[in-house]
Amino acid sequence: MERYSRQIRFSGIQKSGQETIQKADVLIIGAGALGSAAAETLVRAGAGSVTIVDRDYVESSNLQRQQLYTEKDAADGVPKAAAAALRLKEINSSVEVTGLVEEITPASESLFQGRDVIIDALDNFETRLVINDFACRFNIPWIYAAVVSSYGMSFTILPGETPCLRCLLPVLPQGGETCDTAGVIAPAVQMVSAVQSTEALKLLSGNNEALRKTFLHMDIWHGTQQEIGVGRMRRLDCPSCGSTPEYPALKHESVTKTAVLCGRDTVQVRPAGQVVFNEILERLSPFAPKANNHLLQVTLEGKKVVVFRDGRALIHETSDKVQALSLYQRYIVS
Amino acid sequence: MTLTINGEERTIGGEGMSAADLAAHLGLEGRIAMERNGMILKRDEWENETLEQGDTIEIVQFVGGG
Repeated sequence: MERYSRQIRFSGIQKSGQETIQKADVLIIGAGALGSAAAETLVRAGAGSVTIVDRDYVESSNLQRQQLYTEKDAADGVPKAAAAALRLKEINSSVEVTGLVEEITPASESLFQGRDVIIDALDNFETRLVINDFACRFNIPWIYAAVVSSYGMSFTILPGETPCLRCLLPVLPQGGETCDTAGVIAPAVQMVSAVQSTEALKLLSGNNEALRKTFLHMDIWHGTQQEIGVGRMRRLDCPSCGSTPEYPALKHESVTKTAVLCGRDTVQVRPAGQVVFNEILERLSPFAPKANNHLLQVTLEGKKVVVFRDGRALIHETSDKVQALSLYQRYIVS
Repeated sequence: MTLTINGEERTIGGEGMSAADLAAHLGLEGRIAMERNGMILKRDEWENETLEQGDTIEIVQFVGGG
């Protein structure tokens, strides 16, 4: 326990809180910037087990802010979940660390059952709604966080007590900035992650009464902060957390679909819902898209991409569905 | 009318403007939560929520990055 002595001395945690932290089962979804930061904090704090899930691999453009990775990880293109797990085990060998290289889908049910908290470190809303529905179904607290540019936000969701993500966002947000279009600085990640990890420590040490009740928005460059009480946005008829839930994000048809186009080295991605073509066009404007009445063409990360008015996209020069879907969600429809 | 939006005084729209009009005017439908004079507005209230001169509006925009 010497290792945790400073944390135990902290009045909010103490010995009893440390004991429950060390029994806790944490699921971290996403091993990018937020996921790396939260994983390191919670592994150092001595969580019982930490499972970190990610579908992507390490690239050199990650190294500026994704604190678990090295130049070698990027050069070797190691999957983030694998590189993260290795590093986390070096940091604290007493934590049961699992890295899973996979996508979160409506079929990921077994991943969620029995967890004490879910840390959201994703880069897109579609998968967040899947987390939201699993969290509501299994009654698991989860902590939404997101960061772009120099700002970010966090909200702690307790199914059945607070509004859930679907109460706050009845439609899938489109457009808006992402780290791939607007960039992001590491201190903004650290700021948001600090809030998110603190909420996790409160939950895991049995301090639910200390949880933040407001939606928090912060900008570290401009030094601004907004807190909004969103309690009354909880919908009793919410299809995710209401009295007769349907868990819409867990239905197969709600998922963005991908298909490899035979013999063309191209993956087709079809969006889950309706999209607004002009919003997509505007969002891609930094990449000089060429558009006509039917479609736009743009080069993203060296790949030619065609987006049709209905949001369907063809990602050329790849037959990797996971890579194509990641590109689609990061640039086109998040 | 003059509104204080996220701490900044702005002249925007005209009399009778609803919360939905304001969101549309700012091009932010679909990905924000809006608070008027300290009270969060549910999305189905936006249409009928008529804003008044001097209102304090807080808007937070959801982002997806991580």
